Amino acid sequence: MSPTVAGIVFIASLIVALAITHRPLGDYMYRVYTGTRHLAVERLIYRLIGVRPDTEQRWTVYARSVLAFSAVSILLLYAFQRLQDKLFLSLGFGPVPDHIAWNTAVSFVTNTNWQAYSGESTMGHLVQMAGLAVQNFVSAAVGMSVAIALVRGFARKRTDELGNFWVDLVRGSLRILLPIAFVGALVLVAGGLIQNFAEPHAVATVAGGHQTLTGGPVASQEIIKELGTNGGGFYNANSSHPFENATNWTNWVEIFAILLIPFALPRTFGQMVGDRRQGYAILAVMGVLALASVSALTALELAHGGTVPQAVGAAMEGKEARFGVANSGTFAAATTLTSTGAVNSFHDSYTALGGMIAMGNMMLGEVAPGGVGSGLYGMLVLAVITVFVAGLMVGRTPEYLGKKIGAREIKLASLYFLTTPALVLIGTALAMASPEQRASMLNGGPHGLSEVLYAFTSASNNNGSAFAGLTVNTPWYDTALGLCMALGRFLPIVFVLGLAGSLARQAPTPASAGTLPTYRPQFVGMVAGVTVILVALTFLPALALGPLAEGIH
Amino acid sequence: MERMPGWLRQHIAALRALLVLTVLLGVLYPLAVTGVAQALLNGRANGSPVEKDGRVVGSALIGQSFTGPDGAPIRKYFQSRPSAAGAGYDPMASGASNLGPENVLDVLAVPGATDAHGKPDTGRQSLLTQVCARSRAAGALEGVSGARPYCTPDGVGAVLKVFPAVGTPTRVVSVNQACPAAPFVAEYRGVKVECGRPGEDYSAGRTVPVRGTARAVVPADAVTASGSGLDPHISVAYARLQASRVARERGLPLERVRHLIDENTSGRALGFMGEPAVNVLTLNLALDKG
Repeated sequence: MSPTVAGIVFIASLIVALAITHRPLGDYMYRVYTGTRHLAVERLIYRLIGVRPDTEQRWTVYARSVLAFSAVSILLLYAFQRLQDKLFLSLGFGPVPDHIAWNTAVSFVTNTNWQAYSGESTMGHLVQMAGLAVQNFVSAAVGMSVAIALVRGFARKRTDELGNFWVDLVRGSLRILLPIAFVGALVLVAGGLIQNFAEPHAVATVAGGHQTLTGGPVASQEIIKELGTNGGGFYNANSSHPFENATNWTNWVEIFAILLIPFALPRTFGQMVGDRRQGYAILAVMGVLALASVSALTALELAHGGTVPQAVGAAMEGKEARFGVANSGTFAAATTLTSTGAVNSFHDSYTALGGMIAMGNMMLGEVAPGGVGSGLYGMLVLAVITVFVAGLMVGRTPEYLGKKIGAREIKLASLYFLTTPALVLIGTALAMASPEQRASMLNGGPHGLSEVLYAFTSASNNNGSAFAGLTVNTPWYDTALGLCMALGRFLPIVFVLGLAGSLARQAPTPASAGTLPTYRPQFVGMVAGVTVILVALTFLPALALGPLAEGIH
Repeated sequence: MERMPGWLRQHIAALRALLVLTVLLGVLYPLAVTGVAQALLNGRANGSPVEKDGRVVGSALIGQSFTGPDGAPIRKYFQSRPSAAGAGYDPMASGASNLGPENVLDVLAVPGATDAHGKPDTGRQSLLTQVCARSRAAGALEGVSGARPYCTPDGVGAVLKVFPAVGTPTRVVSVNQACPAAPFVAEYRGVKVECGRPGEDYSAGRTVPVRGTARAVVPADAVTASGSGLDPHISVAYARLQASRVARERGLPLERVRHLIDENTSGRALGFMGEPAVNVLTLNLALDKG
């Protein structure tokens, strides 16, 4: 089998696996979020938290709960890193410097998992396990909660109530993420990922030198890093590190874990609004965009355009021999199409156009299929914008799922859409305007701009992958990118919850002959078109100066 | 609780929720995974250690350098890929080069110049020149041609700077070849090509990489650094290239060495995942065993 054919079969096998799992998992998540019974352990947790699980919240209260939980998480994770030398299992590492601790705390709480630090030389086992990995779970559960609240907005009528954030948070963590993570972690250990509490220890190598081997609870963190579309690695080298991704089949498992929940949530959505076809339409938009992107990225890497890849004879710089070029490209597409940002190969050394696809995936707003939860609510906002555009064409008040998309709804959807491009482009412009920040670029010319543009795109979209040549652990970049991550996460969440609140209050409009059916291929094509055109109009000028200038001679 | 203002109540609930979830997800969950993993999959959970003469010499998953104290390859061992992790295969500094596909311009060392710490200026090699130099060195080690496209015969990137950037060339410099080296081409569009003078700013010129006619014999993975810098594998092609040298150095029949390569090759899982790869550490240990 040639590498290209094997790469195609690899992608096909992922599609088959996701097609098999999305229904049972989507239905299971539907039952988790709509069930009225609490498990005994959940009752105990609600008592410890001090909340009444059966009272529902208005959108303002739901949003305040999300923000309060996230703010407390950032503060505690910051303190945890600053005090790690006072606690046990610190491996002798000192306190994390303040700007890196701020950046990392925001990064993990916002589901970005941008790494301004190098795991093996900065973070002790306790901070990794009880600080960072906890946020891997709960930031994912927060994303799912917000998505479910928006879906309730569509599904409910004439009510102020959107559910209870604390119940959604606990159920998402305990009933969805935890069981899959537990099984997945053991599967990864079987592949060779480590799971121990050993300190770094030196061994004498065969050639007579010394090598320090590391330990740590890696597998348990690796699986939730992928499953929760987080992406913050135990090690600097992330999922290219053999202890994080040991074999060519653990690589498949990790890609599958990244895509598992985001591709199942449209089914949950279809069930909750009582029309599965609506879920399939959303799934189809995600699927079409994802397949186009993964095919293009893999093909561009296999074609190895550019001077150095041509000199080498393959785009192998920054890629591992056991994965090869094709599977590395597939991982890169999966990680940037979702909000994961884990890497099994280094995007900075990708072909110019391959790297551009990775950047473009994030610029799409990570909706195909997007991060856990954030992908679904992002795609639903785009669907709202699409029915609005379609409504303008025929001169009718647009509706989606029986809800009128009026001035308030479209304002919130537009604000949602505009937040990240504003952060990306303003951030990049500020960095490029300052000689000091430009000095952080490792590569010169258009590739240097790509590095900075990629960094702000990744942070603002809560992805976390990097053109890692850019030196970002400076106070300026740590602060600026931290702000982008926080604003890029929480402003959209507030807009989405506001949208959910105003949708839930409405009485449903009965469908008429003039209603645009939102489950047909026509609508799928329209949403995909609107997504691509909006992104192209926003980012093409910046892309033209970076990767396009580099890749097209 | 009920008499507190709402915003404060939310934050206290948030703090309590975070603490409870930290105990569950941050302590109990990893401990449970560790317990099961250590009970059932002890060797793997502890990093797949490999031993030689009863002593742990590394991990089957983490690559090593097989070079002497001077950095030169030890000829009786198969060589790993180039590494960007610290000084090479340092697990405390995993990572990649992060150099881009058009990183082709060297900064030439200025003879006699020193940096801020008083150390002699060593310049900076572009990714292209690193690839060319590695190809040349690997070719020399294995007794085959180290030539590659876009590389000069002396093992740097074949890149011209053409002035002016737009229009008919009036001056052409082979920027990666420091004077007094002879440029890899004598003429470019009728203009004599100069060698590169260290310290001179050529940024105004147009960059023209020259492909040339060379075909690469040394495989791609032999001239590129991996993502982790800890890649334990090389391609089957690179292992086969090294086989005759190793057989000669050890006085073994080539067939025996090839057989050991096969034994230490992991194929594609299920026939389609990843690429076939040869584990360098276990292969070298098998050779040492005899």
